[in-house]
Amino acid sequence: MFALQDTKGEALVTQATQTEETTIIQGGKEAPVNNKVVAKDVAVHYSGAQALFDIDLDIPERRVTALIGPSGCGKSTFLRCINRMNDTIEGCAVSGSLMMDGVDINSSDIDVVELRARVGMVFQKPNPFPKSIYDNVAYGPRIHGLASDSTELDEIVHRSLEKAGLWNEVKDRLLEPGTGLSGGQQQRLCIARAIAVSPEVILMDEPCSALDPIATAKIEELIDEIRENFTIVIVTHSMQQAARVSQHTAFFHLGKLVEKGTTEKIFTEPEDQRTQDYITGRFG
Amino acid sequence: MSSSNEMMVNSTTQKIRAGLKKRYAAERRFQFYGIAGISIAIAALVILFVSIGSKGYTAFVQTHIKLEVFFDPSKVDPTGERKTDVLSRADYAGVVKASLRARFPEVKSRKDKRRLYGLISSGAGFDLRDMVIEDPSIIGTKQALWLVASDDVDMLLKGHISRDTEEDARPIKNNQIAWTDQLIADGAVETPFNKRLFTAGDSREPELAGIWGAIVGSFYTMLVTLTLSFPLGVAAAIYLEEFAHKSKLATLIEVNINNLAAVPSIVFGLLGLAVFLNFFHMPRSAPIVGGVVLALMTFPTIIIAGRAAMKSVPPSIREAAAGLGASRTQVVFHHVLPLAMPGILTGTIIGMARALGETAPLLMIGMVAFIVDVPDGVTDPASVLPVQVYLWADAPERAFVERTSATTMVLLGFLVTMNAVAVMLRKKFERRW
Repeated sequence: MFALQDTKGEALVTQATQTEETTIIQGGKEAPVNNKVVAKDVAVHYSGAQALFDIDLDIPERRVTALIGPSGCGKSTFLRCINRMNDTIEGCAVSGSLMMDGVDINSSDIDVVELRARVGMVFQKPNPFPKSIYDNVAYGPRIHGLASDSTELDEIVHRSLEKAGLWNEVKDRLLEPGTGLSGGQQQRLCIARAIAVSPEVILMDEPCSALDPIATAKIEELIDEIRENFTIVIVTHSMQQAARVSQHTAFFHLGKLVEKGTTEKIFTEPEDQRTQDYITGRFG
Repeated sequence: MSSSNEMMVNSTTQKIRAGLKKRYAAERRFQFYGIAGISIAIAALVILFVSIGSKGYTAFVQTHIKLEVFFDPSKVDPTGERKTDVLSRADYAGVVKASLRARFPEVKSRKDKRRLYGLISSGAGFDLRDMVIEDPSIIGTKQALWLVASDDVDMLLKGHISRDTEEDARPIKNNQIAWTDQLIADGAVETPFNKRLFTAGDSREPELAGIWGAIVGSFYTMLVTLTLSFPLGVAAAIYLEEFAHKSKLATLIEVNINNLAAVPSIVFGLLGLAVFLNFFHMPRSAPIVGGVVLALMTFPTIIIAGRAAMKSVPPSIREAAAGLGASRTQVVFHHVLPLAMPGILTGTIIGMARALGETAPLLMIGMVAFIVDVPDGVTDPASVLPVQVYLWADAPERAFVERTSATTMVLLGFLVTMNAVAVMLRKKFERRW
């Protein structure tokens, strides 16, 4: 519990500084925070039915952005646009512009393999490969040829597990199957696996929804630690979690982006009545 | 308020109670149907095994008769030079006959002598020839040897020919029975394990016939079937499941593959006859053609099993790999295929077991021919186990009946083993996600 409060306290401090920065952006002056991903008029159709309507959202670099909203509101769909995982769904069409570092992700000459190496993803349910812990983490670097020899690969695996806070728990059993770990450990293994390819952005789709509170606290701590190196977008159903880990929040409802802003502002003085109702638990 | 609530609860409970009896009765009825169905299936299986086993077990032993055989140099090696080609063409049947005459000197008439010679199989001479060629020094010596009895004597001893039958109605005559009894009394009749059944090819003489030719033929045929249908089937399954876009054409192909699995096997035989024999002029009766035809039949089974196995790999594994930047091919070959492999192998083994037991299409391409030699390769004429069963079931000799059952037992043994391997694979590699 102390850990939770600590994290929250820190988050609030950073949020305070964040607010100023964002105000400056809104004032049209020089922005100290870059926007890693800029979405403009993004719409998604699933075989004719529209799931997302004209989303305009900026994802600031090296910050945690939380996407909140009731089930089926399109936040996961939006998340999956950022690494084009929607491509794998038959009949799914994405329109609008989604720029990452000034390049349109949706453009046909973007290589999805390269894009997904730059934009890692952690899923709702921990999904380690049914291979050893080592092989789970080493898989990404191996397919992308990131390590020139086995020593380098060992180094990457070590570093990734350490960053994911899992090294001490698994260092003696790297060759045991990843599926034998507890749920929380599995999810941290998945984060280590995503980190191992050194992505710029990490997308997290409700990473704690299948975990108990202690494992959740560990993941949240971890997110807070790694955010200085990565741009993180997290979808969450937990209002408290959004408040604890994120600096920016976007509220989705019925496929539309209702409100966006700093987490502090969304949670303390939301402009829209629906946001107000949702965060106070009146619906959702 | 509370009393009306109580009443409501009570009436609900009463309604539930009223229905309970009926529900339990339905459950018991259903259980009874299930047990009855299983009992019928087990009974059928037991009847099948008992009837085949009781008919066939005697085929695993073979009657032999002990005779003093004199390797007469004037008959075996008239030139005295011990030349192999002379030795191999010598009159060994005459040697056997001479031994029989020496054993029963009282038999004089031509007719009786012919009957006497009928005690020993016509194949006994070949055994003597093999002995002489292996060791020519036995020429001129007298040896006590166990010779293969004819099928009639064999059947008499195994009780398949009754002594009570009228003489005219049975193939073995009264004096032959008398001689046999005399031999038995002398301890000159034995029924050891029938090695020939597992080492020889087919023969017109039941006591000389074996299933080794059919086993080897089945092996070559299955080899061709597996090498063709497994890679093709798995590749097609991967393509259809992982790469093909959902389109009308894909649906059409899918429907047709399912149809292909349901095509009667004889139709594949006709196809083989028309295409492989008449058009490509491939060899008749050969395992290569049989294998190709059976591969066509097994191929859809492997595709269907393969697709089902790949479908059962959880999408989260695909997403995890794709999310890391694995290409589609990498997702399939690094993750989906290894996880689906046990399922694919199970399907393949079951498909192969079906192909192993298949007869109809092979009849169409000439594998039903009478083939004595054990095949040396996929292009040699050959028979297969189920066709051997079919051939022997058709033969008039009484002794082929037990051999038919014995072959069926061997074939069932192979099939049960294959299915057991499939079940074991499935159990061993079953994954919990």
